[in-house]
Amino acid sequence: MAEYAAILFSMILVNNFVLVKFLGICPFLGVSKRLDSAAGMGAAVTLVMVLATMVAWPTQQVLNAWGLEYLQTIAFIIVIATLVQLLEMVLKRFLPPLYDSLGVYLPLITTNCAVLGVAILSIDEGYSYLEALVAALGAGLGFLLAMVLFSGVRRRVEEAEPPQVFRGMPITLVAAAIVALSFMGFSGVVDHLFGV
Amino acid sequence: MAKRSSSPVAAPAMRKRDTFSAGLLVENPVLRQMLGLCPMLAVSTAVLNGVGMGIATTFVLTCSGIAVSLLRNVIPSSVRIPAFITIIASFVTLVMMAVEAYLPALDEALGIYLPLIVVNCIVLGRAEVFASKHSPGQAAIDGLGMGLGFTGALVVMSAIRELLGAGTLLGVQVLPDFVEPMLVMVTPAGGFAVLGFLIALSVWFEQRSARPAIGDASPADFKAESALEDASESPCASCPMGCQNTGKEA
Repeated sequence: MAEYAAILFSMILVNNFVLVKFLGICPFLGVSKRLDSAAGMGAAVTLVMVLATMVAWPTQQVLNAWGLEYLQTIAFIIVIATLVQLLEMVLKRFLPPLYDSLGVYLPLITTNCAVLGVAILSIDEGYSYLEALVAALGAGLGFLLAMVLFSGVRRRVEEAEPPQVFRGMPITLVAAAIVALSFMGFSGVVDHLFGV
Repeated sequence: MAKRSSSPVAAPAMRKRDTFSAGLLVENPVLRQMLGLCPMLAVSTAVLNGVGMGIATTFVLTCSGIAVSLLRNVIPSSVRIPAFITIIASFVTLVMMAVEAYLPALDEALGIYLPLIVVNCIVLGRAEVFASKHSPGQAAIDGLGMGLGFTGALVVMSAIRELLGAGTLLGVQVLPDFVEPMLVMVTPAGGFAVLGFLIALSVWFEQRSARPAIGDASPADFKAESALEDASESPCASCPMGCQNTGKEA
């Protein structure tokens, strides 16, 4: 149990996908202006990450069995694109309320490097199926946490008056740097907590 | 909006040299269009990694540009995005196999970011915006220009981070011993900060030269803001799909 908790919390805090591994920067900077859209995007990414890992991990086993490991990138991206398309159709048909809140973000997620990243990462780390799913959940929650926190910071930044050349993207990146700095404080915490 | 209007609309009149130099400076994918920020931030801790990543991305951009352009009349528009992604993934696989075989140290350093070239916003963006509407020759030049623009920005940024963070350049000690390296520069926080300052610097240079960019006359500071504005309207500035499929606020 402890190792699952260690994987989960290290993915959320220590190896935060956005602030430490730099995966999913585009939505992080693009959709974090308002709290509701930040939370919606975060929830959609979490859902897709877990589903993608659920499908990608067995796919890798099939590739391994046939000695086709080098097709990993192509296979994963096709699997993820198909999955997102299916998810969109299923949500639209059976869960319209959920589709209304998450649907707009789904098409953007196919080309989100965080989703492909978590699928490849759990293979590289040699995780078991369950460990891979926990890692995907942790990565998604970490992304959600970073999005929600940053949308709060962002509101203050929008009201500030930085030097003219810093307006817009540059000051947003500097603010992100400070948020990333605060996440560095977590390194080591998880190792000590769970003694892994 | 400024950034998108320039290349496709002005395309027929655009000469090859302009196509090439657009990617290098005026429409630099990283500093002007805010694309491909993930690899930019992730691998810029050492110059050598930056160069390797830049060359790999340039190769993928150029080759996928040519392939997409050759197939542009064959691929039905409804399935073009999956088709583009598959083409791009094939070239990324080629690059991965080559790097793994001949440069294992670089493979180790770039790790997961090498396969992630597939989802680099720049590559899919150029396939959709440029290569699918132009001849193979033009697409190749555009890919080369954009790739070298990306490489240039990446090298400048990784040089700054390596010099300040480790006191070295290309692994060779440059700063004298008594200068304490600023470790924060090689951490993720330093990455965000350096990129912020680089973009601010590029805005400042553009303002000083006060030269209107190709295709529009808006001043630079306005452009930087409008790029951000764009990014928030269509969540991922990168994603050619998002802008069309999501009419709703996102």
